Formats: sequence, C-alpha cells, structure tokens
Amino acid sequence: MHDATLRAPAASAVHEPVVKAEGLSRHFDVSAPWLNRVIERSPRLILKAVEDVSFAIDKGKTFSLVGESGCGKSTVARVIVGLYPPTRGRVYFEGTDLQSTHGRAEASRMRHRMQMIFQDPFASLNPRWRVRDIIAEPIRAFGLLDGKEETERRVDELLELVGLAASDGAQYPHEFSGGQRQRISIARALASQPDFLICDEPTSALDVSVQAQILNLMKELQREFGLTYLFISHNLAVVYHVSDTVGVMYLGRLVETGPAKEVFSRPQHPYTRMLLDAIPDLDMTGRERTPVAGEIGNPINPPSGCAFHPRCPFAADRCRTEIPRPITRAGGHRIACHGIEENRIPDAVPPYQPGAGSVA
Amino acid sequence: MTAIAQDLWGGIRRFLDGDIVYSFRQSKVAVIAALVTFIMISSAICAPLLSTHNPFDPTTYNLIDAEYPPFWMEDGDPRFILGTDNQGRDMLSAILYGSRVSMAVGFFSILFAMAVGIPIGLISGYVGGTLDAVLMRIADVQLSFPAILIALLIDGLARGILPGELREGLAIYVMIFAIGISHWVLFARTVRGSCMVEKNKEYVQAARIMGRHPFFIMLRHILPNIMGPVLVIATINFALAVLTEATLSFLGVGVPPTEPSLGTLIRIGNDFLFSGLWWITIFPGAVLVILTLSVNLLGDWLRDALNPKLR
Ligand SMILES: Nc1ncnc2c1ncn2[C@@H]1O[C@H](COP(=O)(O)OP(=O)(O)OP(=O)(O)O)[C@@H](O)[C@H]1O
Ligand code: SF4
Ligand SMILES: [Mg+2]
Repeated sequence: MHDATLRAPAASAVHEPVVKAEGLSRHFDVSAPWLNRVIERSPRLILKAVEDVSFAIDKGKTFSLVGESGCGKSTVARVIVGLYPPTRGRVYFEGTDLQSTHGRAEASRMRHRMQMIFQDPFASLNPRWRVRDIIAEPIRAFGLLDGKEETERRVDELLELVGLAASDGAQYPHEFSGGQRQRISIARALASQPDFLICDEPTSALDVSVQAQILNLMKELQREFGLTYLFISHNLAVVYHVSDTVGVMYLGRLVETGPAKEVFSRPQHPYTRMLLDAIPDLDMTGRERTPVAGEIGNPINPPSGCAFHPRCPFAADRCRTEIPRPITRAGGHRIACHGIEENRIPDAVPPYQPGAGSVA
Repeated sequence: MTAIAQDLWGGIRRFLDGDIVYSFRQSKVAVIAALVTFIMISSAICAPLLSTHNPFDPTTYNLIDAEYPPFWMEDGDPRFILGTDNQGRDMLSAILYGSRVSMAVGFFSILFAMAVGIPIGLISGYVGGTLDAVLMRIADVQLSFPAILIALLIDGLARGILPGELREGLAIYVMIFAIGISHWVLFARTVRGSCMVEKNKEYVQAARIMGRHPFFIMLRHILPNIMGPVLVIATINFALAVLTEATLSFLGVGVPPTEPSLGTLIRIGNDFLFSGLWWITIFPGAVLVILTLSVNLLGDWLRDALNPKLR
C-alpha cells in the first residue's frame, strides 16, 4: 500500500483511488429525427443508459461490473475512457477531474495511461493493418518513442510479453485465432504503458478453454505492472475469480457494490441474489438452478421508484414510488434497497460457493 | 501520403486474393468479361500502334478512300478491314481512337466522381448529425435529376460561358466534369453507409481512445475497409459513364467530331445508315455495347463475390 503512495506523486493524499466516478449519468437521445417528431407528434425519447453511478478503484485492484445485457456496463466504460462525455457527474483520474477545463487539457496528456480491451476480437483490430502497425499505433499516436527501430523493438517486446512471437507482427489479424487476437489487443493496450485498463467482456467471445488463458495473462500482467482494471463480464464465475470489488448494475444504476467475497457469499440486494441463483451449479451438487425471473425493464421508460420492483419478491409500496438511496454496511458494502434498509429481507443462503467451479 | 497509398494498395491487393480470386475462376462469365474488357482497354491504350493512321489528323487520310465497305464484302479493300467513313477514315482506326476517347472520359469522370463522393460520404457517415442530414438532402435532390440531364445542363452552361475557340479544346474536360458531377452521389451514399457500419466497430473506438484525429481515422482506418463496395460502384459506373458520354456525343453536345468518341462515330454514321453505309455506325455501336456489357458483367460479378449472402 505505502509502496503505491511512494511511486505515485499525484497521490498526495493517503488514499487516492486511480479512478473515481461520481454521480455519473449518460443519457442518449433516441427520439425520431426532428421532422418525424414534428409530423408524427412523437415525443422526445431519452434513454438513460447510466444513472447516478459512483465507484472508486484503488491502484492495482480490479473492479468488476456485472448485470444483464443492456444495463449500461459498456456505457460506463465508454464514459470513463472518454468515448462519450457524461451527461452528469464526474470522472477523476488520479484525482484530476477529467471534465473540468483544467482536466480536459490534462486528460489529453493522461489519455495514454488509460486503455481499453474490447469484447469482439474480430472487430477490435483493423483487418487491413498488419499486427505490427496495430500494436505500434498507440506509441505513434501519443508520440511515445521516436525512431522506427525503437518502436519496432518495443512492438517485438510486447508481442512476446503477451505470448506471441515477434515474427507474428508481419501478419494480418485474420491469420490469428480469437484468443491470439485478444492477445494482440492486450499488447496494443499495453503499448502506451497504461496504469488503468478497461476490459469490456474481454473473454466472452472466446472458447472456454481459451478464456482461462487470457484471464491468467491479464492477471499476470496486473501483478507485473501494478495495473488497475475495470472489468466487465456476464460471467459471474469469471468475475468472482478476477475481482477485488464488484458492482452490480440494474437498468443503469448500481444497486450493490462491495468486496467480491462479501457480495458473492452474502449478497444483499434481491437482484444480486437473483443473478447468483441463476449461475449454473458448477459443482454439480444437485442444487436447483433458478433462472432469472421476469423481463428487464425498458431503459427509455424505467419502472418508477426502484426500477427492480416489478421483478422483486420483496417489493413494497415505498419501492414503487421512491428511488432507494445506497446505504453503506461494514467493509464498504453498499446496497440501494428499501427492503435491506428496513431490515425486512431475510439473509440469503449463500447461493454461490466461493471456490466452486474451475473457470479461471 | 505514401502511407495512404500503400494502405489502399495493400487493401486492394488482399481484397484480390483468397476468396475473390477463387470465385473469379469459378465464374466463366466473369473470366470472359474480364478478358474482353482487358483486350478492349489495352487496344484502346495501344491505339497508335494498332491503327493504320491517326483519324484525328486530316493529313493522314484521303477523300478518295471514302465509303469503302468492310474488306470481306464486294468492293472491299484489304487496307480497310472495317471499311471507311464518308471522309476516307479507316473505321478500325477510328474505333480504336474513339474508344480511347470514350474510355478516357469514362475513367476520368469516375475518378472525379470518386474524388468528390468519397470524402463527402466519409465525412457524412463519420460525423453524422446535422451535417450528414444536409449533405444527404443535397444528394437526394441531385439524384432526382437523371445523370444525363445534369450533364446536358453543365454542358449547355459551359457552351454559354466559354468563348468559341476555347469550347472545342475544353469540350472533353467539360464532359468529364459534367459526367463526374452527376455520379458522385452514388459514391457518397455507398461510402456513407459503409462508413457508418465501420465507425461503430471497436477498432475505430480504439483509435478514438488514442486521440487520433477524425481525418486520420477516416483515411487510414475506415477507407481501406470500404474499398470493396467502392470498387463495385466504380466498375459499374464506369460503364454508365461511357454510355452517358456516348449519349451526349450522339446528341451532338459531347466531344467534337474532330476528336470523335464512339458516340460521335455512331452519330456520324447514323446519317449514312439509310444510304446503305451501315458499317460506319454499326461497328462503333457494337464496340460500345460489348465494352459496357462486359464491364457491367464484371461489376455484377464483383458485387456478388463481395456479398457473402449471395454466394
Ligand atoms: N450510442 C447509443 N445510442 C443510443 N442508445 C445506446 C447507445 N449505446 C448504448 N445505448 C443503450 O444504452 C443501454 C445500455 O447499453 P450498454 O451497451 O451500456 O449495455 P451493456 O450493459 O454493456 O450490455 P451488454 O451486456 O449487452 O454489452 C442499452 O439500452 C443500449 O441500447
Ligand atoms: S427497493 Fe424494494 S423493490 Fe427494489 S430491490 Fe429493494 S425491496 Fe425490491
Ligand atoms: Mg456491453
């Protein structure tokens, strides 16, 4: 811990997270074009992809976002990395507010310290570029090294670092398998020597046998370079194995955040419990798998109050009218649920046994 | 700049190997069309070597030789394989030089259309929003006028503005401009559509995260990935441009008779059709049909080969 403070001069405070999101919201205007709106009198439609999301990630740690498809995980990632400006809220990188005027100038200087690994290994590499040029692009874009040879040497190093051969640089992406492409993606992300990596479902497009290899590589790299990860995945077993902290999202909001062990062994929010109940029983102990019940709501017109109330077995009147504020429990476990706050939800049987399964 | 050229070239080359070449060998029509196109283009380029005289140069032909029929007919002369026209010009030479003019106008007008259409399509597709809406409405308006009308309009305008002596010399450039301007919309639309697909792909997002300039992303990342459809449009529209040129020249508003294109030859021949001198108009006409047909077939094949759903 104090090691980190010594090395990072920006972290003047005792405890400065690498990345902090505060009240982050991102809305999309999905209305019909202006002319159609006027003629058909259709209303403006605002899709609230992300609403009031806050979290912090400490150096060298992995924070995971989980939740059903469309709950806004990728949007959070894109806002943080700067692909979308936030509608509201702030992103801090090592204490610098990236949205302030000062931060924006700073942001362009700091951008190389934040990189992203994408889900689709077939779409994330330009099919018309040689692997060598793909990996060298961040170096060239940020002007990190001068000289052709130096860049080439660095690219060779990176290729070997991720378990490929230096000679692979001359090939085109289509000559590689999904797993190898993901390694190329990782090499590109590492080219600018980032401190923070956003991994949006980096393994969900891969074969199960390859997933473990990629996850292990990412873990090794994290240890070696002290990387901080924002990790996004559908696969709760994977999340359990890689995360220090987990955030559960539902319809754009974080409903539960806490240490991975804590969340997996003592899930509080009814939605988290439902998600964990839906994991296939990896130990084959015969425990019944309960599928996730009900349909996810519509982010354009989410249910009132707690957006989860139509699916929640503990829903009460208050849940239908009032948006629950997060309450903090011991160990930084935060839950946004009236039922938990009112202490009227019984403790769950641990639905997911830590250590079960062998995915990672 | 050289990097862009290299990239483009690399893109075209890779696009040509693998599946595409295989599908080419499988298609007899494509092979024949390619062969015919190749022969026609190369003989047009080599026109000075293949022809007996330069039909643009009045000192090389003689009125005495006028109106010879093709050599296999009675009264034919083996010096003039396809006969001669009313001024004594060898038809084969005239056709070779004429297709040269036709193809040059077709080629450069498509090049011009690409130079206008591709950047507009890229910017429209990449930037989106109001700019895209405005550009595409302009394109819609232009598309609602037939190409030939736009070409006639510009040609007429040029005739009104340019003084007489300049007019002849500039006629061919006016044609290239007129035909090119009436074809840019197709390129812009195709490029815009493909660009909108590409820009949402993750490799473009990766480049944006690196803070790459939008122009860099459009030219180096997106453009090489959308060259396939552009090539299809270019091929098919080359044939269309040659036809438009022929139509304009046939109507007498195209290239001047001193530098005849296929269309001009057909028009000149048309006047003699009923006096029995059919070869003056039929041969250039046949060449025009064969050229545009084979280029079109090639374009159709290319489109199918690039569209995996149809394969
Ligand atoms: N550019 C956009 N324009 C309009 N709506 C968008 C845009 N990007 C995302 N959305 C919407 O925002 C919501 C959240 O999308 P997001 O991609 O963040 O979800 P996700 O949790 O990553 O889902 P998945 O697990 O399927 O990747 C979805 O309803 C989506 O349709
Ligand atoms: S707030 Fe109410 S409806 Fe929402 S999860 Fe808690 S108990 Fe269920
Ligand atoms: Mg996603």
